[in-house]
Parts: sequence; C-alpha cells; structure tokens
Amino acid sequence: MSERVVVTGLGVIAPNGNGVRDFDLALRKGQSGIRENADMIESGFASQVAGVPQGVDALAESYFEEDMLLAMNMSHRYASLAAVDAWKDAGFAVPQADDDRIDWDTGAILGTGIGGMDTSAERVVPFTNAKKVRRLGSTAVEQVMASGISARVSGILALGNQVTTNSSACSTGAEAIAMGAERIRNGHAKRMLCGGAEAASHYIWAGFDAMRVLCRSMNDTPERASRPMSASAGGFVAGSGAGVVMLESLESASERGATIHAEIAGHNVNCGGHRQGGSMTAPNPNGVRRCIGGALAAAGLGPSDVGAINGHLTATGADPKEIGSWAAALSAKPGTLPPITSTKSMIGHGLGAAGAMESIACILMLEGGYVHPSINCEDVHPEIEPHADSIPHTLLEKPDLEVVLKAGFGFGDVNVCLAFRKWSGDVSRV
Amino acid sequence: MDKQEVFERVVKILTPYVKNQEALAQVTLETHILDDLKVNSARLVDVVLEFEDAFDVEIADEDVDAVETVGNAVDLIRSKQG
Repeated sequence: MSERVVVTGLGVIAPNGNGVRDFDLALRKGQSGIRENADMIESGFASQVAGVPQGVDALAESYFEEDMLLAMNMSHRYASLAAVDAWKDAGFAVPQADDDRIDWDTGAILGTGIGGMDTSAERVVPFTNAKKVRRLGSTAVEQVMASGISARVSGILALGNQVTTNSSACSTGAEAIAMGAERIRNGHAKRMLCGGAEAASHYIWAGFDAMRVLCRSMNDTPERASRPMSASAGGFVAGSGAGVVMLESLESASERGATIHAEIAGHNVNCGGHRQGGSMTAPNPNGVRRCIGGALAAAGLGPSDVGAINGHLTATGADPKEIGSWAAALSAKPGTLPPITSTKSMIGHGLGAAGAMESIACILMLEGGYVHPSINCEDVHPEIEPHADSIPHTLLEKPDLEVVLKAGFGFGDVNVCLAFRKWSGDVSRV
Repeated sequence: MDKQEVFERVVKILTPYVKNQEALAQVTLETHILDDLKVNSARLVDVVLEFEDAFDVEIADEDVDAVETVGNAVDLIRSKQG
C-alpha cells in the first residue's frame, strides 16, 4: 500500500529571515533580503548584489559544539541549522553526542547544487598550490565531499535510514523533497529530512557572472535587483541559504500525534533531454509541461484545483516561457491562471537551496491562507502581460487556499514539480 | 618555557576537541588523549597543527605516532623547542 506523505517539521535559513516565523513575516511583507556584496565588489563582478542569510555564525555557535564548528563550512551551517529546526519543529529532541541510540526509521536527503566550493577555493586550492597540503588538517574532505551536508546532519541527529545528497542544479532542493516522499510512499522510511543548502560564496557565483546571467543593472538598489516577470528583469540575483522539511508517513505522524503542516499530494521529476528547445541551460518547454501535468496526475488533481503557483521564475529571459508553460499545462487562458508568485523576488536564486526554501514558502502560504507578493514586477514583461492579473504585487489573503504547486528547473534540463495540499485533517482521503 | 606552562597550553588547545569533560576536569600528564579525553583520532592532525603554531615548532608525522598521553605531547613539544 502506498503511504500518504505529510510535512511535520520546517526549518529555514534565508536571506530575508532565519527560522520559519521570521521567514513567514518577511514573505507576507514582501521584504527583500538582497544586499550589496563586498566580495563580489572586491573581485570585480559585474553583478554586485546577493541574497545572504544574516547572523548565521552566531546562530551556529549557539547550536553546535566548538569542535564541530571547526569542520562546518557555510553550507554545513545553513543545512544543519535548518535541519535541527525542522527536527525540533517535528517534536523531537536533539540527541546528546554520547547517546548511542539511533533512529533507524528516519533518513535524510539534503542536496546542494555546487557543494563546498568555498572550502575548495579558500583552503584546498591555495594550500595545495603552496605545497602546504598538510596544513589542510583533517576537515577538508568532509567539507568538500558532495554528501557533506547530509553526512553532517545525520551525525547531529543520529539518523539511521538512508542518508544521501542529491544534486540537480537549481531543481535540487525540490527534487530532494520528491525523492524523500517517494521513499516514504514506498514504505522504506517513516520520516525523511529533505531539502537543500547552498553556501554564500563569490566563488560559487563567479561562473554565473561570467555567463552574464546575473543582474548587473541594479547594483545601487539591491532590494530592487531581483525582478522576476518584470520587463526590466536583467538576470537573476545570486542567493544562498537552506530549507529543510521533515516528511513523514501519515501513519507515523498520526501515531505520534504530530502537528501536520501540509500534505505532499503528488510530485513529478523529469528531464527535457536537451531537445525540442531544451539545452544544458534552457528547459525544453514540453518537458516542463509534462512535469507539471505529471505532478497533478500523481496528486489526483485537475487544473481547477490549483489555488496558487510558486514558480521557478528567476528573472531571466526564461520567465515568459515558463509562464507560457504553466498556462499550457493548466489549460489556463489569460485571466484564469491561478495567482503566480516568485519567492526569488525577495531572496534571489538560492541554487541548490532554492526549491527547498521556496517549498517552505508554499507550506507557510497554505497554513496562513495567503499568497506572498512577487515584488519588483510593477512593469510586467510584455509577453507575460496577458497573465498580469494573476501576479500579486502585494500580500494576497486567500483563506481558502488548498493546493499550491511548486516547480523548479535546473541546468541539465531537469525539472521537478511538487503539489502541496493544505492538511484537511481527513486521514481517510485516498 | 617551563613544563607547567607548556602543559597548560596543551590542555587549552585540546579542550575544544575533548568529549569527556570529567576527564578534562582532572587532567594530568598521565591522562590519555584518546582513551580518557575521548578526542576523535581523526582530529589529532588538527591538534598537532595548533601545537606547531602555538609553540613555533615543527612536528614530524612519525613523532605524532608516539604521542598517547598529554605528558607525551608536552615532552615532544619541549624537545622540539630545544
């Protein structure tokens, strides 16, 4: 029998708020977390603004022991803080390091797009080139290995089920949630901590600046720089952070009497095959439509059930095509597309963390009965103009919000779509 | 630098890595770094790097293999200080 999957814990470290309470408030207010970035300025980037979570080191010092912190680079800190918050939110206590008990029923799929490049660039490469390999000490490998973040979290929380890291560029964070949901549906785990993290590092962002895909025209007004769906969108804004959700079988959550934030009604992942207009860097629109349609079908939902859309919507030239794909997938004529919003308008593009932070935004919207504003698109892109009425520029109260779709598209022409449903309390629904 | 001073600095460097706080509270030259203080053996390379920086000495990998107790570390550092 296929298990139903619900969300029982949330944790987020985002440029406009750490912790779900602050993140929720920031989303409602349409508060930007984009700031001038000193490293990008120093290194002569064309784009000099980024979304970086604030106050993270102090927060990490209050959560983790000193020796552990010595081996935690930025993505480790973001991921671990969000994971511990999700764990506690789900009603569990963080185990003592000398407590030998293991939770065999809980695993983790925590992804990253780029990984520990900050450690590679700041330590491994310069020390190695200077013939000082020995000075790297013992902590380089665990910080640069792709699975570093899931490995770190499993040690903090004594997880005993599958622990791994996925990577699918900008769809990573949402894909992790899809993969964890699948594992629970198949009965292989009761609970999975899922999401993604990406460090704030100009070394991670340099290649994107070289591709000219980062916004370079708004360096003097950082809060206006991330402009999804806008006629004046000039590329995405580099972002960072982490989002982690505790996924749980409905059976386990009911047995524990856990608070349920939302249900994962269905999901789909696919690849556009770099054909039919798709490429390494652009999604095949047919792949996107199939992905969205597949998620709806898996959830047993029709287009009319969709209450809101949290798009991938990065503020590049791909936005109009994405809106076209949503309209086609939902058979929505202009004026009938559900409210569509971009969390990236406030936090920038968190790469491997994006889909996870934005999924938490979706769940908060369902719980709070609202659609958060999509800021900085007062000047809607001409090709999106027919659907302009579907874009909330200010907080949209929507107490009857039942279903939110979240999609993510990544380099490699990979797609993911998640269907989140408000938790009805009805355990009998199939 | 006298032996007591080296001992105190060695203990201070070890402190963040110590998992057994009770053993740390009663630390002596005879205290075993791995067995008593429960320092993760993988982290010894980091401890040695900190010794090198703190005492301005160079410690060869083969020298480290002979270090088991806090006293072994103190003696090794003092021998390198010349």
